[in-house]
Amino acid sequence: MTLLEFASGPGLQWALWIFVFGITWRVVGAVFLLSRKDISKPRHTNTISAGLGAVWSRSSPARAFEKKIRFQHVTGYAWHFALFISVLFFAPHILFFESVLGFSWPHLPNTIILITAIVATAVLIALLIRRATHPVQRFISNADDYISIFVVLVPLVTGILAFTHFGARYETLLAVHLLSVEVMLIWFPFGKLMHMIMTIPARFQAGTAFGRRGVKA
Amino acid sequence: MRKDQNLGEYLRMQGVSRRGFLKFCSATASLMALPPSAVSQVAEALATARRPSVIWMSFQECTGCTESLTRSHAPTLESLIFDAISLDYHHTLQAAAGHGAEAAREAAMEENKGEYILVVDGSIPNGNNGYSTIAGISNHDMLIEAAENCFAIVAVGTCAAFGGLPNADPNPTGAVSVSEIIKDKPIINVSGCPPIPVVITGVLAHFLTFGTIPELDALGRPVAFFGQNIHDRCYRRPFYERGQFAETFDDEGARKGWCLYKLGCKGPTTYNACATLKWNQGTSFPIQSGHGCIGCSEPRFWDKGGFYDPISAGQWGSRDALLGAAAAGAALGVGSALAARARKKKAQAAEEI
Repeated sequence: MTLLEFASGPGLQWALWIFVFGITWRVVGAVFLLSRKDISKPRHTNTISAGLGAVWSRSSPARAFEKKIRFQHVTGYAWHFALFISVLFFAPHILFFESVLGFSWPHLPNTIILITAIVATAVLIALLIRRATHPVQRFISNADDYISIFVVLVPLVTGILAFTHFGARYETLLAVHLLSVEVMLIWFPFGKLMHMIMTIPARFQAGTAFGRRGVKA
Repeated sequence: MRKDQNLGEYLRMQGVSRRGFLKFCSATASLMALPPSAVSQVAEALATARRPSVIWMSFQECTGCTESLTRSHAPTLESLIFDAISLDYHHTLQAAAGHGAEAAREAAMEENKGEYILVVDGSIPNGNNGYSTIAGISNHDMLIEAAENCFAIVAVGTCAAFGGLPNADPNPTGAVSVSEIIKDKPIINVSGCPPIPVVITGVLAHFLTFGTIPELDALGRPVAFFGQNIHDRCYRRPFYERGQFAETFDDEGARKGWCLYKLGCKGPTTYNACATLKWNQGTSFPIQSGHGCIGCSEPRFWDKGGFYDPISAGQWGSRDALLGAAAAGAALGVGSALAARARKKKAQAAEEI
């Protein structure tokens, strides 16, 4: 069995099992931890709109803080947007997803994908450097932050190398790229990458709780 | 060609002009990735080369490799070079049969001890020697005997180089490649199903010119021919970059000659010279004919998933296994949530006391 065969076969399967196992564990556990029925009298009953409002309002910083955190705000959106395009609109990636989902969607030209991948990589490296050097960010960061950045950064770098056939034979680069994605999948449920699943439900839940109590947030 | 005649004399006798011969030498030097200054060396060496003895053994094979070499195109300088070797044994091509043929093989081996080139096509059944025999001798024993005093071995075709089709799962004959049996001789793997004829003649020209084996890659293939993947040299590569793919074999993309990646083309992971040398005197190659590369020059190409599955498609395993993982995760989630509640209750009770 070659490295590529392992990466696209058993390696991928094990990574997926751990990924699915971890995700359901975290999500089901979080759902079951929700507080039981609140017996206090609600100040507002339209908690769903309050929840949706919180999802929306937390997508941009409060006006008072905007100037202070502009760098994180802009780079955060640039990073997520570039990653989203690179992962979901590269033709070989779509074929990868199609092999399990059974359906596909239109792709973008490789040149655009290469640009977005480079932007995503550069922004993530900039954010990593900032996290490691900024006194406050450094103070509030733990190993989870650095591991989560690392396991996302490596697939980006190996993906660009595989795309450009740079540094080694294509099949080796592709195998390393797949393996790095598998490491990310395995880490995903157990670290801060879980925010991809949890962010919106958590905002919604907080928004509904605030809405019930009449807190405008 | 007489035994004492050199190649230059023979080619002149066949009506090949000096200009034509030098043109061939330039092409051969270029094929072997040699600098232009090496052309005169190639020409001189080839012109004075004596015909080397070649013993060709066909084991578990389909004769496609021989067909490729002998019937692929009209006679050319390459085929004249091929004529110029002393093909002392080839049971498909030789007129002799039975004991006479075997006697010719043994005589050639004895006469050219340590100097002959052994060409092998087909894999060797290692499970049961009775699966393939020639004149009552098993392929395994005949290979060992012939390899003992050869100068080098050229494993022609993917079967001889890597086991090929007979080696495909479940490999009923226990088929193996030449290199899995012979460990003490230089082996040049000229893989492909079948290999490109000019690659064979290129390897032979290298022998005649330098008397050595060419530079080989990690799989024992000549780097000059197998150094780059087909995707990098494919004329359809710009369509890949632009994201223009044929979705089916008869859609507009296919008619316009767009990239065949989505239809399972294995060009990116296949190392061969098809896209540059092509077939039938440089006329075409599979991708140019509208079908994706199936990766026939790579080991275990038959067992590496579907020919029509894109390279980037993953093998995700069964849905049941994924559902099982999800069920286990959900059970653990419920369990850990209940445990957390119990801890909370206990803590609250302790506080109340």
